[in-house]
Amino acid sequence: MHELSLSQSIGQIVRKHAAGRTVQVVHLQVGQLRQVVPDSLVYCWGLVNEGTECEGSVLDIDHVPAAIRCDECSSTTVLDEMRMACASCGSSNVQVTAGEELLVTSIELAEV
Amino acid sequence: MGRFHRHDDGTEHTHDHDHAHDHTPDGHAASDVGDMSGYETGAQRVEVLEAIFGENDRVAAANRSDFAAAGVRVVNVMSSPGAGKTTLLRETLVRLQGRTRIGIIEGDIETSIDADRLEGLGASIALVNTGEGFGGECHLDAPMVRSALPRVPLAELDVLFIENVGNLVCPAEFDVGEHARAMVYSPTEGEEKPLKYPIMFRTADVVVVNKVDLLPYLDVDMDLFRRNLAAVNPAAHVLEISAKTGEGVDAWVDWVLGR
Repeated sequence: MHELSLSQSIGQIVRKHAAGRTVQVVHLQVGQLRQVVPDSLVYCWGLVNEGTECEGSVLDIDHVPAAIRCDECSSTTVLDEMRMACASCGSSNVQVTAGEELLVTSIELAEV
Repeated sequence: MGRFHRHDDGTEHTHDHDHAHDHTPDGHAASDVGDMSGYETGAQRVEVLEAIFGENDRVAAANRSDFAAAGVRVVNVMSSPGAGKTTLLRETLVRLQGRTRIGIIEGDIETSIDADRLEGLGASIALVNTGEGFGGECHLDAPMVRSALPRVPLAELDVLFIENVGNLVCPAEFDVGEHARAMVYSPTEGEEKPLKYPIMFRTADVVVVNKVDLLPYLDVDMDLFRRNLAAVNPAAHVLEISAKTGEGVDAWVDWVLGR
């Protein structure tokens, strides 16, 4: 979708926490229900960081599979396709419990 | 692309850890991100746990609060290009002119063509062109909507439509502070679209199937469309209409007014 804008948002968050120190690794959680193309994000991340404390840093993306919980039988289904139905009882009365994550979880900073 | 950065307040935020942390609803903790012992850098690990859309979501909350204070119902209208959002809004204005006070925030990458088509029917219209940067932002985000609010007399309105940029991918990702999301779909797009663009179809409160007057001339299988839609959004409310002939538009207007 808009990996360049995402990279810029990630950069803002990371620089705020890095407080001027060199960033080596940025750990992200990206849910499967987010329309993020990982290769594109990595490419854009390299582009937006030239000349900043994030230059040369690595994006470590933790992909979170989408999961739903059934309101009828309480079982959880991990989705391998976008079909909002319980695998156990077939009910469509389900809630998404995972897959919408999009966050910076932590960063690794060089020793000063 | 590239609008998100304009909220960058850069060095003003070099003071560390003075912000509210945004956590995921299901409480993923840093321990869930895996074993990072492979990175033998001697580096210092700093926990962040901050939502990448945090800034957008904070502005969306401010928009929502302003909408609530003004007592205006806000509908975010999304679709692919050419599905009929503007024609539907025009027909809506024709039906509600003089009865309901309507504002429209019109998002387009370039031109005022759509905004011009909505003129003269009593609505306050604020155009947001997203075309700066790399060929134009593909969606409206909460700060863009906020930038248009000074040009919209919120306190004097009953309903505000936000006509999003025609696109089935990006607009679905951005909360702009709306109360409801309406998606306009036209059968010429094919019955498989809910499966190809599940995030968009999943986030819609109502799916307006427009151009039903064309159905006799198309091979599209609307039962299959409804099954595909139900697979990704079992709760979606579906309205079949033709903005051209007027069929079903009154039911849409009732939905807009919360009836």
